[in-house]
Amino acid sequence: MRIATSMEGVHYVLHAPQGDTYADLLFTMIERRPTRPSVTYTTFQARDLGADTAGLVKQTLRDAYDRFRPRAMLVGESCTAELIQDQPGALAESMDFPVPIVPLELPSYSRKENWGASETFYHLVRTLLAGRIPAPGSEPPARPEGGRPSANLLGPSALGFRCRDDAREIAGLLESLGVDVNVVAPEGATPEDLQRIPDADFNVCLYPEIAHTTCAWLERMFHQPFVKTVPIGVGATRDFIAEVGELAGLDVSDALSTSESRLPWYSRSVDSTYLTGKRVFIFADATHAVAAARIAREEMGFDVVGLGTYSREFAREVRQAAKEYGVEPLITDDYLEVEARVAELEPELVLGTQMERHIAKRLGIGCAVISSPVHVQDFPARYSPQMGWEGANVIFDAWVHPLMMGLEEHLLTMFRDDFEFNDEAMPSHLGHGRKPAAGERSEAAPADGNHLEDTVDTTVARWTEDAEQELKKIPFFVRGKARRNTERYATEQGVASITVETLYDAKAHFGR
Amino acid sequence: MNRSAAATSLPNGCSERPVLRERGQREVFCGLTGIVWLHRKIQDAFFLVVGSRTCAHLIQSAAGVMIFAEPRFATAILEERDLAGLADCNDELDRIAAQLLERRPEIRTLFLVGSCPSEVIKLDLAKAAERLSHAHRGRVRVLNYSGSGIETTFTQGEDNCLQTLVPELPALPAGERSLLVVGTLADVVEDQFARLFREIGIEDVGFLPPRAAAELPPVGPGTDVLLAQPFLGETARALAARGARLIDAPYPFGVEGTLAWLEAAAAVRDIPADRVREATDAPASRARRALARYREKLAGRRITFLPDSQLEIPLARFLHEECGMELVEVGTPYLDRQVVTAELERLPRDVRLSEGQHVERQLDRVREDAPDLTVCGLGLANPLEAEGFRTKWSIELVFTPVHGFEQAADLAELFARPLNRMERLAV
Repeated sequence: MRIATSMEGVHYVLHAPQGDTYADLLFTMIERRPTRPSVTYTTFQARDLGADTAGLVKQTLRDAYDRFRPRAMLVGESCTAELIQDQPGALAESMDFPVPIVPLELPSYSRKENWGASETFYHLVRTLLAGRIPAPGSEPPARPEGGRPSANLLGPSALGFRCRDDAREIAGLLESLGVDVNVVAPEGATPEDLQRIPDADFNVCLYPEIAHTTCAWLERMFHQPFVKTVPIGVGATRDFIAEVGELAGLDVSDALSTSESRLPWYSRSVDSTYLTGKRVFIFADATHAVAAARIAREEMGFDVVGLGTYSREFAREVRQAAKEYGVEPLITDDYLEVEARVAELEPELVLGTQMERHIAKRLGIGCAVISSPVHVQDFPARYSPQMGWEGANVIFDAWVHPLMMGLEEHLLTMFRDDFEFNDEAMPSHLGHGRKPAAGERSEAAPADGNHLEDTVDTTVARWTEDAEQELKKIPFFVRGKARRNTERYATEQGVASITVETLYDAKAHFGR
Repeated sequence: MNRSAAATSLPNGCSERPVLRERGQREVFCGLTGIVWLHRKIQDAFFLVVGSRTCAHLIQSAAGVMIFAEPRFATAILEERDLAGLADCNDELDRIAAQLLERRPEIRTLFLVGSCPSEVIKLDLAKAAERLSHAHRGRVRVLNYSGSGIETTFTQGEDNCLQTLVPELPALPAGERSLLVVGTLADVVEDQFARLFREIGIEDVGFLPPRAAAELPPVGPGTDVLLAQPFLGETARALAARGARLIDAPYPFGVEGTLAWLEAAAAVRDIPADRVREATDAPASRARRALARYREKLAGRRITFLPDSQLEIPLARFLHEECGMELVEVGTPYLDRQVVTAELERLPRDVRLSEGQHVERQLDRVREDAPDLTVCGLGLANPLEAEGFRTKWSIELVFTPVHGFEQAADLAELFARPLNRMERLAV
């Protein structure tokens, strides 16, 4: 659906019961698309099951073709239709439509959304380019003398995170390097555009979750190399420019010497010293998670304390990054597991998806959203990319916003009993919210007290009441760290009972 | 299910009107959606959907409510290995249910809710409920119903849920009378109605669903059933099978609807009309005053209902009768005449009624009719707005207190707001 809805002239016929039509609102409400997704559902009912659901599929295909006149048709089935095995793809192929038919087999009981979108895009591109594959051993035609190199931007799609603005930002960046953009797909592309993909010198794989399979196939069949760096963050944008320069045979040293992002200066500005060593937890699709970890450590001066993804297909990349940062990777699609990890690590900032936003809110931790799935507020009206120079600016602002400002942090430490400016208050620029107290927290903790309790290690030293009281005097945003450090210190030193002394011993031992 | 029942039951010579019957792509939620309000209403019940990731996604997010603070619903997700062997699937379900009950000791009723995939693989949830009831005897009651989209649309899920509660209702002792109000009401509205019934002189009022499944109202031959929602035909028939009588009344939307609804309840008890008038005079005239403001905005405007919540017919009656709107088309997912007789009688003779859906043809008609307001589901609202049509999302009508006198103006305001907004915006 994400691929069909991204494109023009492509229609998706989906064998599915009526309830599945709710998927339309993900596009029309969450992303505020002004048109219906280009999807027709068979909406079969129980009474159809005994009769001819295959006939219903064929009728739906015919009607959809007649009404929408697509130039390519995708045919698939939802989780329920998969079970009744009508083979809608095969049915469609037997019907002699005058347009390319792309049957999709997307096993919904074992695979998930991004994988489905990636497969759909790959099969669509493959079908449309079937007649253009050059003979093995033949060389692609040489670019005319003096012509500018060109590239395709592959991956931006409906419901993706900031795709609209990323595509514009990166197209602009490529233009400035002297590279023409040939096709952007799937977002905004037509079947004819996809047929022009081989005209470009190389591809840019903007979102590997959606486009990697396609880019790899194009490289094999059309000898089109692809840029593998995803330009999120200042460092990654530089690497991206260097990689583009190499593939396009361009001198990009000028572009590399003049960074247009304000992030490096903002991060060096003295008011940013308070960002130093902030503990962040990152959970997102693999691409955004790995990119965020690099920015967090190299460009913001944070400590990455947790890194994970729900993209099982790209778990390897995340595991590798986690190893680099010395943290345990979390590969899961169970949000309770993520919540348990966040609760255990007590980070000062969570970078995640819509789900982690809820988790962070419940735990009273600041959060910035860095990846799909997202809610309606993450499709902002303003220009707000994540990629390229401007993307780095946007990221700096978005990540700093949920945090307590530097001086505010100090004042809180000094006057923590001020009735309207205290420990339990939210950062002052975020209104008068109140952090949930510890008790409320565990009550609200979801579906699982159990999960949380599991994390209480009985080998950890007990806190004396005085020490607990003293701990409360430490502002909440560093309290978690202080607690952990003290417990670690106590365990290392074999201290059974944590006193005020232990607390300060640990503080002296670890420093801030 | 309901559809065949509806086709065969035409009580008391209700005049047959022409109905446009459509068959094609439907664009409505499935019955699982009802869990979103049922789980808040019945506070000691838990809803465990046995379905796919898509089902989980629907109730978690598509309803737009994103409830994460320990909702009283969850999805047991069918995975590939569950499809391979049904025996394993049952074991898995037992394990999940046991885990859930251990974690939520306050749960007294567990609903196993069937979905499209569980229906298609013929997972026998009735048997599973029986097995689990036995295993957790004395601790929790386990019931099952289907919320699957191949059998239910949107609000029909509530009908199926309440229907499974009917056999569980205690028997009303012989010789006693009771009034049973059926259909989920906002707590505040339920309290208003309870007060009104008391003033009219009806004391023995029960509500289904109750706020706690442990406090089920009794039913028997002395029970009169008053439906508060127009999508509970099967529940009404199940109650009738236990001896209860169904009161024929319009629904309590708007001032006149509420008044007629209360009068119908009083009439079966032979309570004089004066007494009803006395009890309702103050709230009714207050509501009329409040409504007048919106009548001004709505009168003469043309409205089309796309089939969605099953509330279309009573709401069309309210908007026509009390707000002066002109009805262009009133679509409903299915027409259960037995429960909307009194409503149909109050609709203008020439209104275009449609049943079922062919979404493309229906949208063609909207474009041709160009109504001032179109009531539709969330998937269609923005695309219609982008084409220049003002819309009202029907889902809001089941998530907002709209029944009764005090809410009559709120109900009208929901329809006036999109028109009001259009007038304000200069961009």
